[in-house]
Amino acid sequence: MVAAIKRPGWYRAILGAIAFGAFGFGLVIALRAISGLPLYQTEQTGYPHIVVPAITAPLGFLAGLGCFDYWLRWAVGAPTIPDDHSQHGAKTWKDYFRFNTDHKVIGIQYVCTTFFFFFVGGLMAMLIRAELAQPGTQIVDAATYNSLFSTHAVLMIFVFVIPVFAGLANYVLPLMIGAPDMAFPRLNALSFWMLPLAGLLFIGSFLCPGGAFDAGWTGYAPLSTGAPLGQSFFNLGVQFAGASSIATALNFLVTIITMRAPGMTFWRMPLLVWANLSTSLLVVAATPFIAGVQFMVLFDRALHTNFFDFAAGGDVISYQHIFWFYSHPAVYIMILPGFGIISEVISTHARKPIFGYRLMALALIGIVVLSYSVWAHHMFVAGMFSWLRVPMMITTLLIAVPTGIKIFSWLGTLYFGKIHTYSTAMLFALAFIVTFTIGGISGVMLGMVPLDIHVSDTYFIVAHIHFVLFGGSVFTIFAGVYHWFPKMTGRMYDERLGRVHFWGTLVGTWGTFIPMHWVGMDGMPRRVADYAEQFGDWNLLISVFAFMLGAVQLVFLYNMVTSWRYGPRSEANPWRANSIEWQVSSPPPIFNFDEIPRVVGGPYEFGIPGAKHAIMTSDGAEVPAGEPSVVGTSS
Amino acid sequence: MYGRLPIVKMLLATIALTVVISAVMVSINWNGQEASTAAPQIDDLLNVMIVLSSFVFSLVMVMLFYALYKFRAKPGDESDGEPIHGNTRLEIAWTLIPTIIVLFGAGYSWKVLADIEEKKADHVTVDVFSQQYAWSFAYPGKGYVWKEGEFHVPVNRQIQFKMHAQDVIHSFWVPEWRIKKDNVPGITTTALVTPDKQGTYQLICTELCGFGHATMRAKVVVESEAKWEKWVDGLKQKTPAPLMESVKQDSQVNPAGLDAGGA
Repeated sequence: MVAAIKRPGWYRAILGAIAFGAFGFGLVIALRAISGLPLYQTEQTGYPHIVVPAITAPLGFLAGLGCFDYWLRWAVGAPTIPDDHSQHGAKTWKDYFRFNTDHKVIGIQYVCTTFFFFFVGGLMAMLIRAELAQPGTQIVDAATYNSLFSTHAVLMIFVFVIPVFAGLANYVLPLMIGAPDMAFPRLNALSFWMLPLAGLLFIGSFLCPGGAFDAGWTGYAPLSTGAPLGQSFFNLGVQFAGASSIATALNFLVTIITMRAPGMTFWRMPLLVWANLSTSLLVVAATPFIAGVQFMVLFDRALHTNFFDFAAGGDVISYQHIFWFYSHPAVYIMILPGFGIISEVISTHARKPIFGYRLMALALIGIVVLSYSVWAHHMFVAGMFSWLRVPMMITTLLIAVPTGIKIFSWLGTLYFGKIHTYSTAMLFALAFIVTFTIGGISGVMLGMVPLDIHVSDTYFIVAHIHFVLFGGSVFTIFAGVYHWFPKMTGRMYDERLGRVHFWGTLVGTWGTFIPMHWVGMDGMPRRVADYAEQFGDWNLLISVFAFMLGAVQLVFLYNMVTSWRYGPRSEANPWRANSIEWQVSSPPPIFNFDEIPRVVGGPYEFGIPGAKHAIMTSDGAEVPAGEPSVVGTSS
Repeated sequence: MYGRLPIVKMLLATIALTVVISAVMVSINWNGQEASTAAPQIDDLLNVMIVLSSFVFSLVMVMLFYALYKFRAKPGDESDGEPIHGNTRLEIAWTLIPTIIVLFGAGYSWKVLADIEEKKADHVTVDVFSQQYAWSFAYPGKGYVWKEGEFHVPVNRQIQFKMHAQDVIHSFWVPEWRIKKDNVPGITTTALVTPDKQGTYQLICTELCGFGHATMRAKVVVESEAKWEKWVDGLKQKTPAPLMESVKQDSQVNPAGLDAGGA
């Protein structure tokens, strides 16, 4: 028993959470007692005896699980334990539930955890649509409704879309660049384990007096600074999700820059690698802003600082500037990795090199640069300095150009190809082009100040963000999950069920989110539990499609679970792709490669006789000296 | 070469699709009734953008479906496509043409914005007060007479709204006027609108402000100047002291630039 508690693992993690939580609680009570204050402070924004343990208990959990063991030994000068790789790889399902440094295990941990939150957030969406099916309030009261849509958005953004991309890339990216693992495997494991904690803090806020946080995922001050305790859980959850995201991005940057296989020049990297390079550049520089601004809100709430307290000279609008300085780049954090996935899927299934590969990579970098200069387009009616609107409108509209380049290049890739549509991944990739184009068009309209003034904060916005986030990001996530499912599990999924899922999702997405544009323009504001009678019929229709969209996701879940368990074995390269991850077995060996592959050409050299992306040692081929690069020889 | 594409036919199909989609979309009145001088200008901008967007959408659709029709692999065909890596002229074209389209859109929007926010000398000022979950209004030109939950304005006169929030952010939206502005605690925000149709409308709060957000509405009446004068003169109540305080305070702490440039 004592040994079980001393060993890193779940026993020690639970013990650590309790011990650290108790320490935090005791510290608050003791300090208050010494100061002669009442022991408990239960103003709605207060509760230090809950907020402080909500910080310390997760840290205790992480310490107990073993996230810091190796580093702590170094830090205190204790003899380090030679790494015997016992924390690497998974032999049984139990190995997925512990601190594991294998990027492939971490990738699967990420994907499964984030999809858990996807289904929880999805259930909340179903409740929201049930309430909105008719005018008036039937199922939940207005306050609960506010909590529901806030939590729905926060779960989907912070613990589904952003991290699921990190998960897919975690699995695929080191293989793609011919690396044995990520640059910092222990940091990678820590990044993952912070994520479920963030999700639990978000969901746990439902247990707070006053209910879950209800100021929207945007948490605008001063609504958030005066909100009940649940808001503090949002402030803290964002810290864990943000720290996880920043650490992963650093890890990706170092991995991509320093660990590419010999011969893998920047211009030979698959576009998924380019996409994650760009995304990571956004995350490391932008995410600290949301972390900072949520701390400012927490300080206003718990310590009575005056960042956003207008009565004490605080500046209300500055919250929005700092928030959107992260949260606009965040929408690109949520779509650039998806762009990478679409490039891989389309090129492979059209049997064609990516059309304009270099411009595709440069467009990603263009989006990264521009995305830092558009944040105030969320604030055209916010009462900020009015001169800021026109410059921000111009940069916002210009960002459509690199995005358009990507759409047209994917279309160009299809031409003179041999398009195979038997894979569900390809179906989602093709549908993504259509839905994302619509989301892009409504985005351009929103970028225009006079139109934005009318439709700001209406259902038009809800329609737009779901078209780009669901019809965009989530479609790319499905494409990626189907595409790499054989690689990750070593088994094939059921294409027939995949098609049911695809068509149901496509029809459900259009049926749900297209009419939202119309009711928004016609006068229905967003974030309301109740609305005018005239929008009743449309909302009923939207709800029906939304329920269908929700139900069809169960087909996906069933397909994934049963195929993982019982599906037919997959060969190493079922899609006949060129990139390196497909040249190793499915699933790949525990340390990825017996010998690091040598990259000798571009990643998409379909149709060129004898062209190769990489030479694996298992090929038994002699590595030819001075193999010429074939990338960039435009016709 | 790799064979020719029926470029002319594809362009014609794109144009035909553009015409059909725009004809349907432009004929629908998306934004509802127009009741201010700004409304037709904003709706015209919307219609122009609908036509341009229909063109882009049609182009993508024609390109996609022609590719799917023409370049589908035959069952059992395991060969690869043509090794085309790109086409510099085409890539320049689809960088430059969208740039021109969006810059045109930006210029047009800028012009509309400048027009609808042009301040007139003889405007009527109305102070708007918002708090969880009620609106109230005062008329500084009439000695700050005050009324809760309803306001009247004269038709065909420019109205300047000066907005003050007492607790959290609210947002002032009259859909028929196409005008919206947040009410921000601590500062005064302004909006200009010239209503040009008499009638009764609804003021809707569009910034989440708490559990009462969905029901935070007020009645808006646009009437002839004579009727409006009579209605305002009939108001007995003066603006309560805390609200007057926020009018004074807000204008003291307001940065000078906030008022510049119209809205």
